[in-house]
Amino acid sequence: MPTLTTFRAETRAWLEENCPPAMRTFMPENEQVAGGKRAKYVRPEQKQWLDRMAAKGWTAPTWPVRYGGGGSSNEEAMILEEEMQDLGCRAPLRGMGLSMLGPVLLEYGTEEQRQAHIPPIVRGEIRWCQGYSEPEAGSDLASLRTRAILQGDHFLVNGHKIWTSNAHLSDWIFCLVRTDPAAKKHEGISFLLIDMDDPGVRPRPIRLISGASVFCETFLENVRVPVGNLVGPLNKGWTIAKRLLEHERKGIGGIGARNAAKFEIPLQTVAKQFFGERDGRIADPILRDRVASFAMDSQAFQLTRRRAAEEAEAGVPPGPLSAMFKLQGTELNKRRYEMLLEAEGFQGLGWEGEGFTEDELRFTREWLRSKANSIEGGTSEVQLNIIAKRMLGLPD
Amino acid sequence: MALILSQEAQMVRDTALDFFRDRSPITALRKLRDDRDPVGFSRDLWREMAELGWTGFLVSEDDGGSAFGMTGLAQVMEAAGRTLAASPLLSTALLGASLLSQAGSADQKAAYLPPLLAGEHIFALALEEGTRHAPHQIAVTAERDGNGFRLNGQKTFVQDGHIADTLIVAARTVGGGITLFLVPGDRATRTRLIMVDSRNAARIKLDNVAVGADAVLGPLDGGADVLELALDRARAGLAAEMLGSANEAFDRTVQYLKDRRQFGVAIGSFQALKHRAAQMFCEVEMTRSAVLAAVSALDESANDAAALVSLAKAKANETLLLCSNESIQMHGGIGMTDEHEIGFFIKRSRVAQVSFGNTAFCRDRYARLMGY
Repeated sequence: MPTLTTFRAETRAWLEENCPPAMRTFMPENEQVAGGKRAKYVRPEQKQWLDRMAAKGWTAPTWPVRYGGGGSSNEEAMILEEEMQDLGCRAPLRGMGLSMLGPVLLEYGTEEQRQAHIPPIVRGEIRWCQGYSEPEAGSDLASLRTRAILQGDHFLVNGHKIWTSNAHLSDWIFCLVRTDPAAKKHEGISFLLIDMDDPGVRPRPIRLISGASVFCETFLENVRVPVGNLVGPLNKGWTIAKRLLEHERKGIGGIGARNAAKFEIPLQTVAKQFFGERDGRIADPILRDRVASFAMDSQAFQLTRRRAAEEAEAGVPPGPLSAMFKLQGTELNKRRYEMLLEAEGFQGLGWEGEGFTEDELRFTREWLRSKANSIEGGTSEVQLNIIAKRMLGLPD
Repeated sequence: MALILSQEAQMVRDTALDFFRDRSPITALRKLRDDRDPVGFSRDLWREMAELGWTGFLVSEDDGGSAFGMTGLAQVMEAAGRTLAASPLLSTALLGASLLSQAGSADQKAAYLPPLLAGEHIFALALEEGTRHAPHQIAVTAERDGNGFRLNGQKTFVQDGHIADTLIVAARTVGGGITLFLVPGDRATRTRLIMVDSRNAARIKLDNVAVGADAVLGPLDGGADVLELALDRARAGLAAEMLGSANEAFDRTVQYLKDRRQFGVAIGSFQALKHRAAQMFCEVEMTRSAVLAAVSALDESANDAAALVSLAKAKANETLLLCSNESIQMHGGIGMTDEHEIGFFIKRSRVAQVSFGNTAFCRDRYARLMGY
């Protein structure tokens, strides 16, 4: 197809001209751009890169142009991603607005909601967080208790959310709330958009095993939310909640395919570095076998993602494959870090200080962070339940 | 590299699935076994498969084939794996056709390909000599004798070797390399191996077998290079067959989980079984992607074909091992009976895993190709 070939060439040329060299380097965790009113930029190029990409709508390539998106086809978006990967371009913007809320608003939001919320997401002006889990509603999400009472033109919201990633850095929160306590648990839930400027919204960071505090608990106390911020019909929020989770799983399952892949230090390189090399091979045959086994499973996983994309392009109706990708992608990521630390031996034990290199310390923290992959967005066990029910048709 | 099937490949797939389900269900394999059938497959059925064009997928159009390639042949082999059909697909339609097409002289092609394509002539690759797949460990010798050669030594696990009209023997020649020879089957001493999967192989003894210069297939001392591609095709084809078997064992097991009731409910409602079934599903899907990638890469002569083939065979080994074991466990006592068909899958699994590279072999090769 000549048009796609042209698109690829033009995209490549544009990226080469507009992506600052500093944005074609390995992106450490603390340099990921999530936008929002409180965004801090370690380097000016981060903001420059974001603005340039946002102006083309390429922070959200497939979203409609009228909401600030790129208006691209899936094929074009894939080409853009491939070219960005090839040049090692960083993702200009990440976050829950792009990966979760945006797609859901495009599907279920009113025209007013789309106009109000989608363009600021594309431009990285508003950062969103996710008010789903509660202390008593983890895997059993639908048992959530945060209460929203309709009072004329607004809801009055009271409750307690937890694992709200980056809530302390976010501007808005999309929340699942109970609007009909008398109904069955899946049928009394609504989906609300809440401005965190309201003084009744109080996020508190939680220190994690990795030493970081990306997760928060968020208290909601007499928060007034305009009726216009209800997405979808009243008490029909569970359908939207589930669709959003599909988008979330896609994002988490894709962890192995981040654009930093170009700069990622391969496992075999680490294994050779610490275990030595014999005739070009990792000297320890058992470790070598396990590295190969891991690499092969990873490649089979990537091929499956690619097959699903090709099937989607060919018009094959998509199965609920996101559950499988979430499960496999996160388990592989955890396995990768286990093997990295194992390959490092003593050097894989560092927490901080001079005894360890930056990469070694980073691997330790990322190893611990990776443990959340198979919990957040639905545990691996929940994904297995979904596969068993929806793909295999096994009874409840 | 395409990971979805063309319309033509899809048609081959549909035809093959119907064919094996109707003409060669597992009851056919059981009957061959119980009758102690001396051939071990149905020659009539093989001619029908030839009429469908399946013997010609790796043969050029000039030589009477369709050159449809590994992608097409993999569809047929996967369908055969679904019903564990015994046939010379691997020995003849894949290895025989591949080696003759790759390396055969004009005279050899003219003599051997027409009967091969017609399903009248069975080939067998006499390669292995040790306890596992080792394509370069060849001790069988071919010594010069006038214009021809004399072959001496033993081969084992020669698939379809017990009835092959022509053996393709890998032998060590003077230059130290490996040379392939076309040897009439009845010139060797053949002992049929009765194996756990009720399929067909033989041990072969070559005792001063004299062949002419025209028996050399491909370049003298250059057999290893010829084998490289043919063996990769065999690994990919076998991986496709194993994918079919794993998928079938899995499908049957999921059905059983829905049908079988204990404690007043379907056992498929128990999470301990659901989760394992879901894991199997994932493994089957990953294996399918790997197999599609491997056959596509082979057909395109892609640089990463050998690595993708190693990946496909390793995944197929692991997945069929998993599915065939889990299928017995989940069927419970009935899965241990000879009367039930599910037990046939684990038997085939063991043999197929060892053929043309077990998981350790594939991993080692993959790591080597990837530079570690």
